[in-house]
Amino acid sequence: MQTGNSSIDELLDGGYEYGFVTDVVSDTLPPGLDESTIKAISAKKNEPEWLLQWRIQAYRHWLTMDEPEWAHIAKPKIDFQSISYYSAPSSMKEAPESLDDIDPEIRKTYDKLGIPIEEQMALAGIAVDAVFDSVSVATTFREKLAESGVIFTSISEAVHDHPDLVKDYLGSVVSYRDNFFACLNAAVFSDGTFVYIPKGVKCPMELSTYFRINERNTGQFERTLIIAEEESQVSYLEGCTAPMRDENQLHAAVVELVAKTDATIKYSTVQNWYPGDDQGKGGIYNFVTKRGDCRGDRSRISWTQVETGSAITWKYPSCILRGDNSVGEFYSVAVARGMQQADTGTKMIHMGKNTSSTIVSKGISAGQGQNTYRGLVRIAQAAENARNHTQCDSLLIGDKCGAHTFPYIENRNPTAKLEHEATTSKIGEDQLFYCRQRGLSEEDAVSMIVNGFCKEVFNELPMEFAVEAQKLLSVTLEGAVG
Amino acid sequence: MLTINDLKVSVEDKDILKGLSLQVNAGEVHAIMGPNGSGKSTLSHVLAGKDGYQVTSGSITYNGSDLLDLETEQRAHQGIFLAMQYPVELPGVNNMVFLRESYNAIRKSRGEDELDSPAFIKLIREKADQVKLPGKLLKRSVNSGFSGGEKKRNEILQMALLEPSLAILDETDSGLDIDALRIVADGVNQLRSEDRAMIVVTHYQRLLDYIKPDVVHVLADGKIIKTGDFSLARELEDKGYGWLLDGEAA
Repeated sequence: MQTGNSSIDELLDGGYEYGFVTDVVSDTLPPGLDESTIKAISAKKNEPEWLLQWRIQAYRHWLTMDEPEWAHIAKPKIDFQSISYYSAPSSMKEAPESLDDIDPEIRKTYDKLGIPIEEQMALAGIAVDAVFDSVSVATTFREKLAESGVIFTSISEAVHDHPDLVKDYLGSVVSYRDNFFACLNAAVFSDGTFVYIPKGVKCPMELSTYFRINERNTGQFERTLIIAEEESQVSYLEGCTAPMRDENQLHAAVVELVAKTDATIKYSTVQNWYPGDDQGKGGIYNFVTKRGDCRGDRSRISWTQVETGSAITWKYPSCILRGDNSVGEFYSVAVARGMQQADTGTKMIHMGKNTSSTIVSKGISAGQGQNTYRGLVRIAQAAENARNHTQCDSLLIGDKCGAHTFPYIENRNPTAKLEHEATTSKIGEDQLFYCRQRGLSEEDAVSMIVNGFCKEVFNELPMEFAVEAQKLLSVTLEGAVG
Repeated sequence: MLTINDLKVSVEDKDILKGLSLQVNAGEVHAIMGPNGSGKSTLSHVLAGKDGYQVTSGSITYNGSDLLDLETEQRAHQGIFLAMQYPVELPGVNNMVFLRESYNAIRKSRGEDELDSPAFIKLIREKADQVKLPGKLLKRSVNSGFSGGEKKRNEILQMALLEPSLAILDETDSGLDIDALRIVADGVNQLRSEDRAMIVVTHYQRLLDYIKPDVVHVLADGKIIKTGDFSLARELEDKGYGWLLDGEAA
């Protein structure tokens, strides 16, 4: 629990402590997108022909699509020709031989962010893949993980080192035809993380990827692929930050998870992209497609997300419950403050028998923030005895913000059991008065009430991250009342 | 300890307190009785510093300084405690954590060291036993799903824990059965001391049978219209407020 000495002025002033810029020379493609851009990206990564063809197909399909407008967000149309689709520190041209060869400026960046990319930091027990703009700059503990057969590497390297796996699974959960942003990602994705957990292996460490956007006018289009073979288990987490800039930057990622029979994947996100300033200037447009495929019986995929950053968040981490008795979970805390807009939720697609899903969504709106929960629970005809429990709570701080919920249910099987609970509450004057009468400052009172509100979700995060998330939330919301 | 002088307070331009004066010394227990709408809760809230009340004139001096200058939490730091008539629920906020944060915030404001968790747990268990609050309520969210009596006992627990120098009990007895009433009264009596003052705001005389206040005031239409000793409470129980109010009118 945060007991706060933090100066309120400081927090109101900036509030975003990751907004610095790293001074590195970058090799950046000029803005603009056509087939030559895609060929250039593919060539830089020395990709096999099949992958280039896949990208080109995606690009041609993308040209036929329109930017979706159904979300509860307002923004100008994105000019896709003004974005640079590839930027990498020049020092990364020749991949560093070892972690010691990484550009000291980049190393400093991760030090500043508190991300351990040196294995001496092993105490944390977390393996990290660090993605800087369009490339992975470091992946730690690869050898150690390889001892148990776990593959943890950047997706660019996986394309070369494990081409069959990548070929089999890439796009198998999120097809490039899926949606506008996923299609764009398929055409231009630059890097991301690849994880493969062999049969029967419980991954011995937490795996994580840390995404950093640094260069101006670039978009980040990463692609993550996690495959958990039968009876395997893995817990993966991702974090993201970006410099404070006046213009909006696009982040359009795709994450695909595959869980085979009896496998478990736990995927946690602490998203803290730059949210823009209080007038709504700048900030990241975060348009992300995340989907998990519970392919095998009794498989389990659990999404936990804490979304505090980005000017716009558009993401719906979903589960396809294909295997019988498979389980999907979605735990979410989304914050919209200042001028932030979040439209987030999940889709639980029940196809197998006795499948069950749980959705717990906690939306917090402050300032002029607009927070939308959008969820779909679909029970297919063959999905006997499917169960879903949805709990969708909104907390309002102040009187200029908004909370919206769009829960969709499509049920084609009469044996389904579906429950939906929703609440909207306001941090009451009475609650604040009560806490302050007991000696707590208003900021601490808000932080305590908000953390209480989010508890069910924080309980799902790995321990270190639960603490991080609590801290992040209290910093994010300081100054929100009053 | 506390001097209220000709206090006038309004809420949304409606006058509630209309020239209230009160002197409370250390070691004394004062009861404030009065009919509904007389301004009892307003007085409690103004003393604790709740927003939404306009003090239009008069003064409140607490231990020699101007109480109205202090923020709500500063008043708490200086030993003012209000047991609320309607304790709020804080879903998801663990009661034990809340109590520890509160206790340590007040210690810190006094330049004292914060108490670590093991020491605090020991302390809070003692206090909970003292006010007969079941230990399981410490593990639940603050007041969430507590019965009326449990909420009030949780208030008394906080009072016992924070050891305030001025405790105000705002209709703590309302809605309590006789057993709960006794527990509340015991809690108050245990805290009676030379250097502590208490203001017990109540509608009924029942609680006062157990607490036996030193001074009894009758608050009606925003003013204290009569002050006496404990026998005044008895008299009110027999005769109601009507005779006093009539006298006031005449």
